[in-house]
Amino acid sequence: MSQWVIKGLRTGIKSTRYPRTIETAPGMSPGLPVATRMSPDMAQMMVTRCPTSALEPAQAGVDVNLRRCIHCFRCARGTDSPMEWERERDFECAGVTPNSNDHDRRFGPAFSRSIHILVVDAGDCGACLNEVKQLNNPYYNMHRLGFFLTPTPRHADLLLVVGALTEHMRLPLRKAYDAMPTPKRVVAVGACALSGGIFGRSFMCAGGVGDFLPVDVEVPGNPPPPLAILHGLLVAAGRKPPALLYRRAEDSTEAPG
Amino acid sequence: MPPELLRVLEEAKARWTGKVRPSLNGGDAAACHLECETSELPAICNWLFAERECSFGGLIVEQGTPWQLRYVFYGQDSGWTHVVTYLHAGEERVPSVSRLIYAADWHEREAEDLFGLEFEGHPRLGDFVLHNDVWQEGVAPMRKGFDGSRPVTNREPDLNWKPRRIVEEAGAFGMPVGPVHSAAIAPVYFQLETVGEDVIRAQPRLFYAYRGLEKIAEGRQADDALLIAERISGTSAFAHSLGLCQGVEGLCQVEVPERASWLRVFLAEFERLRHHVAAIAGICESTGLAVSAAQAAILEEELLRISGSLTGHRYLFGMNVFGGLATDLDDAVCRRAAVQIAQVSDKLAVLQGMLSTSSSFLDRLEDVGKVSVSNARDFGLVGPIARASGLSRDLRKVAPYCGYDRVEFEVPQESEGDGYARLRLFFREAEQSARIISEIVQRIPAGRFRTPETALRPGAALGWVEAPGGAALHWIRLGEGGVVERYRIVTPSFANWHGFRLAAENFAFQDFPIILASFALSVHENDR
Repeated sequence: MSQWVIKGLRTGIKSTRYPRTIETAPGMSPGLPVATRMSPDMAQMMVTRCPTSALEPAQAGVDVNLRRCIHCFRCARGTDSPMEWERERDFECAGVTPNSNDHDRRFGPAFSRSIHILVVDAGDCGACLNEVKQLNNPYYNMHRLGFFLTPTPRHADLLLVVGALTEHMRLPLRKAYDAMPTPKRVVAVGACALSGGIFGRSFMCAGGVGDFLPVDVEVPGNPPPPLAILHGLLVAAGRKPPALLYRRAEDSTEAPG
Repeated sequence: MPPELLRVLEEAKARWTGKVRPSLNGGDAAACHLECETSELPAICNWLFAERECSFGGLIVEQGTPWQLRYVFYGQDSGWTHVVTYLHAGEERVPSVSRLIYAADWHEREAEDLFGLEFEGHPRLGDFVLHNDVWQEGVAPMRKGFDGSRPVTNREPDLNWKPRRIVEEAGAFGMPVGPVHSAAIAPVYFQLETVGEDVIRAQPRLFYAYRGLEKIAEGRQADDALLIAERISGTSAFAHSLGLCQGVEGLCQVEVPERASWLRVFLAEFERLRHHVAAIAGICESTGLAVSAAQAAILEEELLRISGSLTGHRYLFGMNVFGGLATDLDDAVCRRAAVQIAQVSDKLAVLQGMLSTSSSFLDRLEDVGKVSVSNARDFGLVGPIARASGLSRDLRKVAPYCGYDRVEFEVPQESEGDGYARLRLFFREAEQSARIISEIVQRIPAGRFRTPETALRPGAALGWVEAPGGAALHWIRLGEGGVVERYRIVTPSFANWHGFRLAAENFAFQDFPIILASFALSVHENDR
């Protein structure tokens, strides 16, 4: 069995140094559309290309609601004047909801380096879940930051939910949440958990978990790459500042194009 | 057209004179259609399955006037055969086929649940796609009149519903597992029944992640159905979007440019490689051999990053469009990716070598979770799981698409049908995929990456693809203006979940997670 020990040592350290330094390896993240100033006609054309209404027309141009973006790239491809996409530090995009200000939902200092997470898949396509799984691979290794998956809600501080919330998962999700001791927080991961994504609202899907559970932190993406989820966890732990999920064209520094 | 297909037609004509109206489709989607009386349905299906040794592909139900039921079969040499029957007006009863072809069991249960059709003589109907503790009987969401866009408010669920116990011996007990699991695991519930050490019955209860994709696709534009197809199973997104694209392209007679076809093969094999590496990582993890699990996970992440830098998305979302690809890939970038993929493949070979000499690892896999070839056939298993049991059916060979007939590759096969055979098969298929990639990357021709204009026309067609998990069928019916009227998705995981209990039963509790990992099943792909 010594071959495994040697193999492990030879492989060396693969883990990213994030959050100490920013990760820049290629292929890390699909990027995000950038709210841009543009003429009303152009803005209207962009908005009609978006299948999930993530792009919204505004006075100054196109606003972007990251909760809805599913990375279909329709605003970036097959058009002469594509939307700009953010590629650097783009994964630091998790935002907070008003719930997270509640006093009894805040983690005290004892939690800062030890947060136990219960993962519940409330009906996604498997991509978000797979990205959550990657958090334990050597590249991301969330243990080094004090995040641990726990098998039982009784030991969980944080509920990580992926998926659009199907009718069938309502009861299991409710039971899991209720069984968690306080203080507890909820991190919703992926466009489906935030807004329903492409599944939307239907006879089976609730269009996200926000109406069903008090969500504290929202991680946009379809799926969000592992670093984005990690950023979301750090935001929940109070170790990283949150980002804005709704981005306005009028705040954009770009000149109208 | 395969000559065997003509023989199917002739024989059907001779055997059921006057009762079958046979017809042939030519072209790429060569298929034999046998339209028959409902009463003849089981006999004809059984003839195809048992005598002609065709595989059962899937059941496609369409509500129209009249109702149409389509049982799709495919054979090693004969390609596609569709057995089609129309119900008489007002009638909603069909003789069950699954008493003769067990592979059709879950298809009929699903149709019973979602369409409210009655399958006469079906052994077990009831709680399946729609859970009885959430819905009352009589809700049939796939019917045309049902409004799928809003929640159903009048609920009368059976709150006392309990999973059915099968083992009734003294001292028997059931161990519930799921649907919320101890790690990042998809929602599925297992009722593991035992009288001691061994799992005697392992019934999975699925469809917690049922998102009603077939229903919500209806009434939307075909383009949007493509986004839904990608999200059937995120880890097989490219394969499923390719399946739908091929259906629509066949229907609308869209010529896909050479370049796009080759790039599609490139990406499809890339996805297969990544899927299999993830499956290997899962098996390593289930046995508790931590270093090997970490090594395989490193390779999976490397492949995800290559996807990300090649196409912009780690799971290849947004690449397929009708008539080709959404964006062109630079040849130099493809070649660079192919070199990186070859490096991953080399590391995979090293990993395989190390695993094959780790006796404590092999002890957990060898002779564990066995599926015989006859069981694999009866249950209609597909893909790597079937091939590990010696049942070799691969749509890339049986009904080549995308120019797979111009690519040289072998379809690996094992015979033992145990956990180790499945692991070896994942390794061998991954190696084949890497080989295909390095071969074709040199041959990708210049030209367009998509046809400029795709005019959608009304009608229905079958698209198929050998997804990483096995055969997947996409039946698409478009109406005027490119609106989806029916989208039926038959996924490999649906077939393999059906047969999973074959492997899990009569093995010890501690083997259960390993057997589960060795099947590499996708809950999301099954549930849709």
